[in-house]
Amino acid sequence: MNMITGTRIIADLYRDSVSLMKISSRLDSLPNVIQASCIMATPANINLLLEAGLLSSEIAAEPNEVLIAIEAEDKTSLNEALDLAENELRQRASTNSNREQKSESSEPFSQEMALDINTEANLVLISTPGPYAAAEALKALKLGLNTMIFSDNVTIEDEILLKEYANKKNLMVLGPDCGTSVINGVPLGFANVVKKGNIGIVAASGTGLQQVICLIDEGGGGVSQAIGTGGRDLDSRIGGLSTIQGIKALDKDQETSVVVIISKPPSLKVVDSLIKKVKKMSKPAVFCLFGSNIEDPKVKNIYITETLEDAARTALSLSSNSIEKNIAHKNETRILELLNHVPKVSNNGRYLRALYSGGTFCYEALSLLNGKLEELHSNIAFPKSTLMSNPWESRGHTLLDLGDDLFTRGKAHPMIDFSIRNERLMEEASDPETAVILFDIVLGHCAHTDPSSAIVPIIDQIKSNKENPPPLMIGFICGTEGDPQNLFSQKSNLKKAGVLLANNNAEAVRLAAKVIENL
Amino acid sequence: MTNLFNSKLSVINVGVSDFAEPIISYNAKVINVDWKPPGNDEKVARALSLLVNSPEVEEANHKSFQRYLDSQPTLVGVKPASKVIECMNEKTIMHSGPPITWEKMCSPMKGAIIGACIFEEWEKDHKSAEKALESGAINLVPCHHNGAVGPMAGIISPSMPVWIVDDPIHNSTYFCNLNEGLGKVLRFGANDSEVINRLHWMKEILGPALGKSLEKLEPLKLKPLMAQALHMGDEVHNRNVAASGLLLKRFTAAALDADIKSTIISELVDFISNNDHFFLNLSMSACKAMMDAAHGVPGSSIVTAMARNGTDFGIRVSGLGDNWYKSPAPVINGLFFPGYDSTDANPDLGDSSITETAGVGAFAMAASPAIVQFVGGSAADSIKNTKLMSHITHGHNDAFTIPQMDFSATPACIDVRKVVDTSIMPIINTGIAHRKAGIGQIGAGITKAPADCFSQAVIALAKTFSE
Repeated sequence: MNMITGTRIIADLYRDSVSLMKISSRLDSLPNVIQASCIMATPANINLLLEAGLLSSEIAAEPNEVLIAIEAEDKTSLNEALDLAENELRQRASTNSNREQKSESSEPFSQEMALDINTEANLVLISTPGPYAAAEALKALKLGLNTMIFSDNVTIEDEILLKEYANKKNLMVLGPDCGTSVINGVPLGFANVVKKGNIGIVAASGTGLQQVICLIDEGGGGVSQAIGTGGRDLDSRIGGLSTIQGIKALDKDQETSVVVIISKPPSLKVVDSLIKKVKKMSKPAVFCLFGSNIEDPKVKNIYITETLEDAARTALSLSSNSIEKNIAHKNETRILELLNHVPKVSNNGRYLRALYSGGTFCYEALSLLNGKLEELHSNIAFPKSTLMSNPWESRGHTLLDLGDDLFTRGKAHPMIDFSIRNERLMEEASDPETAVILFDIVLGHCAHTDPSSAIVPIIDQIKSNKENPPPLMIGFICGTEGDPQNLFSQKSNLKKAGVLLANNNAEAVRLAAKVIENL
Repeated sequence: MTNLFNSKLSVINVGVSDFAEPIISYNAKVINVDWKPPGNDEKVARALSLLVNSPEVEEANHKSFQRYLDSQPTLVGVKPASKVIECMNEKTIMHSGPPITWEKMCSPMKGAIIGACIFEEWEKDHKSAEKALESGAINLVPCHHNGAVGPMAGIISPSMPVWIVDDPIHNSTYFCNLNEGLGKVLRFGANDSEVINRLHWMKEILGPALGKSLEKLEPLKLKPLMAQALHMGDEVHNRNVAASGLLLKRFTAAALDADIKSTIISELVDFISNNDHFFLNLSMSACKAMMDAAHGVPGSSIVTAMARNGTDFGIRVSGLGDNWYKSPAPVINGLFFPGYDSTDANPDLGDSSITETAGVGAFAMAASPAIVQFVGGSAADSIKNTKLMSHITHGHNDAFTIPQMDFSATPACIDVRKVVDTSIMPIINTGIAHRKAGIGQIGAGITKAPADCFSQAVIALAKTFSE
């Protein structure tokens, strides 16, 4: 086949990466288009296209221009795709209306202009490319506004600077790399639809926060505030500045009666000082801190939990003034019950392959499997597991965070764009060493609008391969009944496809471990 | 944070516009910012963030702006440049825009300087003039460095008569040459005998006659005259019909009062009434007076000059001393006279953008719908342009009001921070010169200041705080 590539430059147009990725993935799905990409023509982005083979040589384009690069099977398809891309891009430009034509009624071009229009604004949500995000956040703080930084790639030096400045001004920095928060009942970023209630959450982890609020919602409880602090907040260099601020605020908040604190592996020193602060609190606090092995401080108002599920259940019972006993025993019973439904693994595989779109789930899994399964490999660093030198190739039990920059370069996050995970799913399924594939589905605002439709066709394809008996597929959905994707139909579509559905990540991981132990 | 919990959430969304949707569905307020990377450069964005809402900058700008408002440019006389401008005692020629060497000058500016050498009788022909200029025997300095401004090539040589404009509030004096009219003129690089003869007439007849007439007038405050012209359809940059008429009215009576021969009065009235741009040079000196008043406040981010020499576009900023921040001069988007197109156009030229810097010209475009026709726009566009500019200025100048906008004040004093933060570039109304010397004006239109010089200024200003 004669493949051809072509490019087009649209001058003086800026689009955020999510809009561009949406257009790119739409182009990708066109018949006769092999691959396609729309980018802001920064040197780094141009390099990505060169690496992807979408550009044959350097191209003269400026960072304030959009570059469309397409590889297609023939010239007509190429030109059609280029036209379509240009139309889409320009359409967005015209719906947003031309900068020149704008009068006072249209979108502002800066935070200050926005503040002129709405003087009561109190939070700036920032999702610009990382290197610009710190600057936008500093502007917000200087204008006296709280800020949530969704963007990643903010340096730790900038994070320290921002958080120290905010602390002085009694303002809050949520993030950076804060995927989700719920403030005053309003979901920000990738957030689930949850009922209002009396449980407040401070989380240095995006999916960790989502999982806990979903389980609280499922258990009939509600959320007062859910504060994302960014994954590095409990790093010793940051010292938990945002977490401490959040805890203090929740302690004062009259709507909140229980506080949950979640983090990816934290610094033990920071945890110590955190616990000291929490001891003084008048409200009970539930901790879930992966990989930290903190000892129970044996203080009346502090509860240490091992999993997100346990944290949610403990918080739920505390919120209704009861204490759930024998959580561990109940978990065990449920797993045994589920095991009854597990079909016999029909192939000769021996290993677990977990493909996560939520990074915290990967930490939680590594922490749960530690001591249960030998030889854990992952693309994230975790005590007693091997950091993979080549995350593109699984070895032994492999647990992947597919939201890692390494996998997402030039693509949207795997909660939105399923292509990376689907490819990996196919690979793992055709690997005879794979016994169990485990995956998460995350619902909520801004996630994929119909995830089961994105993954079920791949599962069907895997099952139809008669030469290679398919591995066991265990999945779980992190979402609520209120989420826009329709939890019920997502569940039933996955079940119909033969996926064994667990209630949450901890349950899915324990089940997978039992299946493998029993092989 | 606790305050946040106790109040209604109201969000400014910067970046992914989709994030606004869930917020809206919860009936919370959200405004999407149509964001562009400031200056397309992380370092610029960083420098900008240090300056936004900084108390030091706000205070400096307030002071700078107040000095701009306070200034009271007043026409006091006309004299030969050598008598009133210090640097004009030697073989020195002043030009428009930021500093530039002879080699790098555009052709219209070179032609005009050669013409000035011949007019001053320093050289007898083009060839010898060029040689002298190449050898560096003649000093070339920017008008802006000597309290002066000049349209297009902006050439002022020692024996040319200049307007003298005092600012009694700040005890300073400003200058501009006299306008030669349209067609084949020195400021577009023409330098044949017709041009030189006119310059001699201006030196020997027009200048002294204006000077004498002025002695019969009370010092003439220029801001009220400009304000009146704005109410009569001028924006006092590219349209000066009304202001020139108002000026002529004053001069005719004064000239009749003064001891001037009636044939000369007749020549004077004839010359001024045939030049719709006669007032431009006074408008420019008034604007220069206002902006120099605002200049030199440490920490201030207010632009005090935008000027072009046909090669570079440069700006000066109140808190950044005598430095210029330069970008290549842009080509103008406009209407061309029959027989010419954009390939004939010289890049933007002249000090006349001092008018936009001072809050008139394109910033007062709503006062002058006739100007928008240059780019095929409508009267509504002229209002839009003026409103757009108010997003990048420190404030408004009550001295200049716009009837079409319910007599609201014109946006004034460009803030480099706002330009970089919003990516809204200052608009400039301007004439278009032919790229070859001597052909003259070939069109007129609207251009935007280039972004890069504002980014450089933001970086430089941020540095003054870190040092």
